[in-house]
Amino acid sequence: MNFHHTLKAGIAILFIFIAGAVTAQIGKPFIHDPSTIMECEGKYYTFGTGGGGLISDDGWSWNSGAVRPGGGAAPDAIKIGERYLVVYGATGGGLGGGHNGRILTMWNKTLDPTSPDFKFSEPVLVAQSDGVEDNDAIDPGLLLDPNDGRLWCSYGTYFGFIRLIELDPATGKRVEGNEAIDIAIDCEATDLEYHDGWYYLLGTHGTCCDGANSTYNIVVGRSRKVTGPYLDNMGRDMLKGGGKMVLAARDRFIGPGHFGRVVLEEGVEKMSCHYEADLDQSGRSVLGILPLLWKNGWPVAGDNLREGTYEIESERRGYALELAVDFVRMPGRMRGFNRDNDEPVKPIASQQLDDVIQTWPAGNIGVRIGDYMVRPHQRWTITAVPEAGGYLGGPYYKITIAGTNRALAATAAAEVITVPTFTGAPEQLWRIDQLTDGTYRIMPKTVPDSNEKLALVSSGDSTPTLAKFDMSSDNSKWNFRDH
Amino acid sequence: MKKKQKTMLLTAIAVMFTVAGLQAQTGRAWSQHDEAVARDTVRSIDRYFTPATKAVKAPDEEGFIQRWLLLEPIETAVRSNTIFTDSYLRNAFDTLYFQNQFTLLPRDGETVKVGGRDLTWHALDSKLFNVKLFRFAYGLHKPVYGVLFWAVTVINSPVEIKNVRLSAGSNSASMWWLNGEEALLLSGDRRMVMDDGLSHRLTLKKGRNILRGAVINGPGMSDFCIRFLDEQGEPVKNIQISCE
Repeated sequence: MNFHHTLKAGIAILFIFIAGAVTAQIGKPFIHDPSTIMECEGKYYTFGTGGGGLISDDGWSWNSGAVRPGGGAAPDAIKIGERYLVVYGATGGGLGGGHNGRILTMWNKTLDPTSPDFKFSEPVLVAQSDGVEDNDAIDPGLLLDPNDGRLWCSYGTYFGFIRLIELDPATGKRVEGNEAIDIAIDCEATDLEYHDGWYYLLGTHGTCCDGANSTYNIVVGRSRKVTGPYLDNMGRDMLKGGGKMVLAARDRFIGPGHFGRVVLEEGVEKMSCHYEADLDQSGRSVLGILPLLWKNGWPVAGDNLREGTYEIESERRGYALELAVDFVRMPGRMRGFNRDNDEPVKPIASQQLDDVIQTWPAGNIGVRIGDYMVRPHQRWTITAVPEAGGYLGGPYYKITIAGTNRALAATAAAEVITVPTFTGAPEQLWRIDQLTDGTYRIMPKTVPDSNEKLALVSSGDSTPTLAKFDMSSDNSKWNFRDH
Repeated sequence: MKKKQKTMLLTAIAVMFTVAGLQAQTGRAWSQHDEAVARDTVRSIDRYFTPATKAVKAPDEEGFIQRWLLLEPIETAVRSNTIFTDSYLRNAFDTLYFQNQFTLLPRDGETVKVGGRDLTWHALDSKLFNVKLFRFAYGLHKPVYGVLFWAVTVINSPVEIKNVRLSAGSNSASMWWLNGEEALLLSGDRRMVMDDGLSHRLTLKKGRNILRGAVINGPGMSDFCIRFLDEQGEPVKNIQISCE
């Protein structure tokens, strides 16, 4: 299939599934046990069980094509310096198989299989299990400790303990004399992360490989030391089965497992996983990418924005994005005091678009931020634009005044306006990322005549503009209120 | 409490509410003179303003501009601030009230004729970060409700500063022009909040820049606060403010 066929297939699939308002990735994102997503030379890669993996040009449309030799199960990947270290389990193992697993590492300068530099080094054995002991050496996960540069690998399944070993970040080999440490039970597909003074051990709990009946879910414990103990929010040690939920089934996606974390920039993080079954795609196992939030020091899966009609609320003061048009009063006034409270009450109709649209200018209309009054000039419909592509984890959206085709657009002066008709121009397309604190960043796909990456920002309580995103400022953050 | 007492108390509360409601309604809506005001015959603006001098005047620590030429209020028929839509305001501010309204740089004490009345410009330094127009009018025994104020100031910048934004808060609606170009409209029944509305990116010229504003209000307090913010959102303070 050439690129155009692939594109058409991707668009067709997207048209089918976008109507459900929430989708996994588009294309053919079929994978089991995906490794942490790596970006390499402008493309995204993830490897899965059985060899191979997925490639994406934009992070939204995924198709097979990644190359990983060695077969086996559940790899992970990490970039160290200018090289990529890939780790995998050489045997399938599992509940019904043998448990004499082996963990191997190998390097590559690039993940692009078409590059002349693409060549994996010879795999190096870093851990193994003998098939009898309380461990099955598969499902590895890697952490390069940002504090001291030490490289750690967790591995294991339900067959005994999850273990932790230390690797040499220069060679990918096991540190000489390093003894494995038991850090958890009752999970598999572990991954280690560091955040804000804590080490986090994410594991997949439940049963895999049973399609729509898989009970897989992702749980977490944390520790001040990489070696543990990893405790959940109730203080239970993961060595005793503890774990706080990060992601369970949702919508039409069943059995999430194999956590991976991607930090795009401060405040913008994604988590990858696979769902054991996407009920809209024959119950096949698919790649999932979701915003990663941090709440009270715990990671939790966020939500890719659902299509719908919302108030777009500025986190700065709580005012709402609105058209700069004349405010149209609703009929009636305050009832007054000392009236008969036994008078029958009756509902008053909400103001409708037809009540006000004739008062709006026909051409471009400015945008401001004001008191939210549930009025038509403050109600925005967010709709995915399938043909516009996407970014890591999501599609581009159009943002239109509900009931109209009037669309929010970026201007060459780095301001925002609305144009009377959505045309699909890139300045009318918006990237929407949920941030680590649960609020959202809204960015135009492009700013005309500019290469700058700008976001929708509140420059004042009542004034929106485009400016550089700043996670430390509420000016850069928005909420989508469905009410 | 006995039933009779309770009934009397409720009746009393009802009467109090009624009276208070009427007073508040009257006071909020229109009255320029209640009894307390009528007794306050010795008025002054000294608590809020000092006369502007020739001395160099910088913005305050937060960048607020405190030196202004203020015109005594123009009386309007505005009885409620709910009418301040964008269209209404554009019409109100486009109306010519006095000659050279959009170009005049008045002198302290100069008068203009509006609707047959002579109104005087006052060159003042606000003692506060904001300019309390209500107190300006009240202290001069001028109308305080249903009023339109004009304000002008001169900003001297030692260098050209690009991508600044005019930051305004006003009670109630207001419009602002920098060097003759519209910079910002704050519409609606608005309370004064620092950094409420910001202009698009502007350029402060090297040398003299004239900032002009109009604030309209029906009932209630009138005031405004103005500063410039740079590209990083920090106040612009390396400028000098004068009335000449």
